[in-house]
Amino acid sequence: MSLLTINNVKTFPKGGIHPADHKLSAGVPIKKLDPPAQVAIPLSQHIGAPATPVVEKREKVKVGQLIAKGNGFVSANIHATISGIVTKVDKVIDSTGYKRDAIIIKAGREGEEWADGIDLSDDLITEITLEREDIIKKIADAGIVGMGGATFPSHVKLSVPKGRTAEYLIINGVECEPYLTADHRLMLEKGAEIIVGARLLMRALGVEKAIIGIEKNKPDAIEKMAELTANEKGITVQPLKVQYPQGGEKQLIKAVLNREVPSGGLPIDVGVVVHNVGTAFAVYEAVQKNKPLVERVVTVTGKDVKNPSNFLVRIGTPVMQLIDAAGGIPEHTGKVVSGGPMMGKALNSLDVPVAKGTSGILLIPNEEAKRGEIKPCIRCTKCVQVCPMGLEPYLLMTLTQKEMYEEVEKEKTMDCIECGSCSFICPSDRPLLDYIRLGKRTVASLIRERNN
Amino acid sequence: MSQTILFTIGSITILGFLAAAILYFIASKFKVYEDPKIEEVENALPSTNCGGCGFPGCHAFAEACVNADDLSDLHCPVGGNETMQKVASLLGMEVEERAPYVAVVRCNGALEFRHKTTAYDGVPNCTIAHSLYGGDTDCQYGCLGFGECVDACNFEAMYMDEKTGLPVVIEDKCTACNACVTACPRDIMELRPKGRKNRRIFVACVSQDKGGAAKKACDVACTGCSKCEAECKYDAIVIENYLSYIDGEKCKLCRKCVPVCPTHAIHEINFPPRKERPEKKERREKPAKKVEVNTATIDNAPAVDVVKMAKKANEESVKKEDSDDKEVS
Amino acid sequence: MSTQFLTISPSPHIHSGESVNKLMYGVLIALAPALAVSFYVFGLGAVIVTLIAVLSCVFFEYILTKYLLHREPAITDGSAVITGVLLAFNVPSNLPWWIIIIGSLVAIGVGKISFGGLGNNPFNPALVGRVFLLISFPVQMTSWPLPLENAWQLADAATGATPLGLIKEGLSTGKPLSDLMQEVPSYVSLLLGNVGGSVGEVSALALIIGVIYMLWKKIITWHIPVAMLGTAFIFTGGLWLINPEKFADPVFHLLTGGLLLGAFFMATDYVTSPMTTKAMLIFGAGVGFITIVIREFGSYPEGVSFAILIMNGFVPLMNKYIKPKRFGVKKNG
Repeated sequence: MSLLTINNVKTFPKGGIHPADHKLSAGVPIKKLDPPAQVAIPLSQHIGAPATPVVEKREKVKVGQLIAKGNGFVSANIHATISGIVTKVDKVIDSTGYKRDAIIIKAGREGEEWADGIDLSDDLITEITLEREDIIKKIADAGIVGMGGATFPSHVKLSVPKGRTAEYLIINGVECEPYLTADHRLMLEKGAEIIVGARLLMRALGVEKAIIGIEKNKPDAIEKMAELTANEKGITVQPLKVQYPQGGEKQLIKAVLNREVPSGGLPIDVGVVVHNVGTAFAVYEAVQKNKPLVERVVTVTGKDVKNPSNFLVRIGTPVMQLIDAAGGIPEHTGKVVSGGPMMGKALNSLDVPVAKGTSGILLIPNEEAKRGEIKPCIRCTKCVQVCPMGLEPYLLMTLTQKEMYEEVEKEKTMDCIECGSCSFICPSDRPLLDYIRLGKRTVASLIRERNN
Repeated sequence: MSQTILFTIGSITILGFLAAAILYFIASKFKVYEDPKIEEVENALPSTNCGGCGFPGCHAFAEACVNADDLSDLHCPVGGNETMQKVASLLGMEVEERAPYVAVVRCNGALEFRHKTTAYDGVPNCTIAHSLYGGDTDCQYGCLGFGECVDACNFEAMYMDEKTGLPVVIEDKCTACNACVTACPRDIMELRPKGRKNRRIFVACVSQDKGGAAKKACDVACTGCSKCEAECKYDAIVIENYLSYIDGEKCKLCRKCVPVCPTHAIHEINFPPRKERPEKKERREKPAKKVEVNTATIDNAPAVDVVKMAKKANEESVKKEDSDDKEVS
Repeated sequence: MSTQFLTISPSPHIHSGESVNKLMYGVLIALAPALAVSFYVFGLGAVIVTLIAVLSCVFFEYILTKYLLHREPAITDGSAVITGVLLAFNVPSNLPWWIIIIGSLVAIGVGKISFGGLGNNPFNPALVGRVFLLISFPVQMTSWPLPLENAWQLADAATGATPLGLIKEGLSTGKPLSDLMQEVPSYVSLLLGNVGGSVGEVSALALIIGVIYMLWKKIITWHIPVAMLGTAFIFTGGLWLINPEKFADPVFHLLTGGLLLGAFFMATDYVTSPMTTKAMLIFGAGVGFITIVIREFGSYPEGVSFAILIMNGFVPLMNKYIKPKRFGVKKNG
């Protein structure tokens, strides 16, 4: 892969928006935060069934020790992220905005103690010794989920269903959300590890070809990854035009390979599996270093934040501690968002623990926190133009408001990826996505009812 | 001239007959036979098409009635026993009397008892807010106050009380059609037996938080203290997930549970005012009346000082929370 | 409570900053060059007509929204101003003031408010007003003042026909087209606007500047104007090739009358145009086709207004049946 191909930029053809970048923390190296005195580790940090605790109250745990076991196939293991004593399983508000079960661990007085067999050195181990099943098993054991924010258990994605074959692995380094820089920094600082992670994922999937997709607003990352992959067989870097929501699986596959995931289908239907760079890094650590998923990179940012930063933090750390480490909460903060501004969730408490899918903490000042007044639709067609899925948001909203759910289903509401481009662009400040989500949820339950 | 007129009349007449013939042919060819009883039954129904019977509209219900072997599973909640008797006599069947039901609001978390902790800025729609987060108070079970139940009501039997921010059921208009129950994303609305003399007792809370957390979020939450359970002689009260539930079928309306509730979460409706007992202790524990202010019986609720008491307690906690909030902003 | 809470709302948490006001004022800016030219050509009369139309439209919008729809009037959004300007652009600059006010009332009252206000009207309000006036006051609506020597004088009694009217009339008396073409102004005059006609339709160049601005600001997309003008060009071109003595050449058709004004500012009206690009192309082509049919074969010399209104009527149907290309759905199954 030569640097010349940087000029060969691709993107997805339909829809998309160009929100201001605001990558404030792009130049700030990842800083490792000290383990907190207490963590609350939610039992449900992934899509699927919540994990079942396997530790008792007052039990002593080491870092990396399994504390909750995945419940069924689509679920994920959860590990202690600090060493100390399990105080209780309690209800803690997490990023869903609801109180849900979490294991509370209080740090012990003596220093950190890691579980046996974890390699904590910085040495790069490139040699891959394990076979396909063993890699998937290790990934499952380590409790790795999609680190881009979707939090879908990775081992499920790697288990290609019968009758389908994977042809390509796409490593998602797009990070199209404004503000967030966690993946960007990770590629710059842990590029070599990510490549090994990609190799591991390729072996687990049995594919020969991998493509790393990176948007053009990260030229240093493109260069770095291109350099690293120069001598790697089968791995290439694909620069992409800056356009939101390119980080969405379906858009990324369309941009990179010009393949269209069928409506209602999965990437594997077109022979592709997509993993985030963060996931690739976690896979490297899990397989080569035996280290389960206990920490992740989180961007703490916002226009008024004193020191926008990228932190490597333990899962379960309260969000407030991260904000403090970035210079404290600015005056007139109106909204705290977990994730990016387009798809993140507004938090209703600052004690919410960092979870496996927390890619960033965004502090939005007061004057930008409130939505505009809802005005009548002037049918300017902007929502239709920006929808990357070829839907008609204005119509879906109206139909949902009128509770015409059969029509809503016919208009392909279930294809919506909830990227928020329609609400972003709407000149009348209409809450298009709010209603589309409502419609999706209702239609989903109607479909379930019908199938039963 | 006259020829033109004659020609016009003639051609129009022929056209008319032709059209009539076509209509007759189509009508007889595509006639759908329907049991005339269905129409009779449908005429006896209230034709509100509310779906409270579980069928999509009155016609479907009438069809079901005509096709049914017995009417025991079929009931029109809107028309009630009277209508069902009519339907039964039309079909030559028997039907049992059913106790009438009424919708109740199982949340008493008025604005004064349950202070806000966040500012919701989405669409004022209960389901959307519910799927987004626990709500703008610390209680993630209570009423969100956007009135989806009121919108769902076909009988104008509900309205939002602006003072409390809670929905109110107008007992006389409520037909127990179940629309509000399905509309509420938080399962706050419940259909309960209307009760003897329209009297009923229920727990006006659905919070499954532990006692302390529930009380902290809302002054009138059920904490699951099980005092009511101990008081009940008829095993009508069950505590599950830190929440008390009174079985409307088992409840004998003895009212013993009402005064023991430390948070006044148990509501009694349409009861005469309690006799004042001589013992001082009893007097102090009398407070339960307050709750009626927030239910359907606004008119006959006696003004009791409990309101003030609760308000005062709330103000104190609000002040305290104020100082807590400052850390955030 | 005085302290401030965290705001919670569903994603997205940022907004493009796009607003109805911005879009509407963008359209007004785009209309400014045409207004300036018409002031230069027709003098104060053009300004007075525009002013009366705008003020009466805003007034009716305010009154009717408040007392008929019982809603808070949103006159600041600029939509009523645009209706006023477009109405004025479609009438002669010497139109009596009371006719303009009647036109405004019909445009806002019948064309817009009766359907529920902004966003709900199926027909372009300005055109509803214009067509109403054209049918009710045919004499006043078709006596076009000639360009003035001095912009500061009010239009006097000197009136004449528009180039299109000239040709239509001439052809009906049996004159050959080549003779008639001698009488109409040169293409350069048509481009610059030194001809008789409605307030806003005289200068093609000014309208083109306006539409370039709108395309640059992404207020409109190219689909409707291109489809409309392209169809008109091809259609008239075909007719011209068949019989150049009966049918004028395509360039003449594009530059005269309200074709450009209609293509750029009226057919592209958000509310009354279709939602998908495919439908926009069909819509534009339909307007272009009907316009030329009316011009060449109908009894009116000009047909843009009617063509747009007719195609407006098809918009709901197009919205229902012409869907965008769904992602991941193959064509024909």
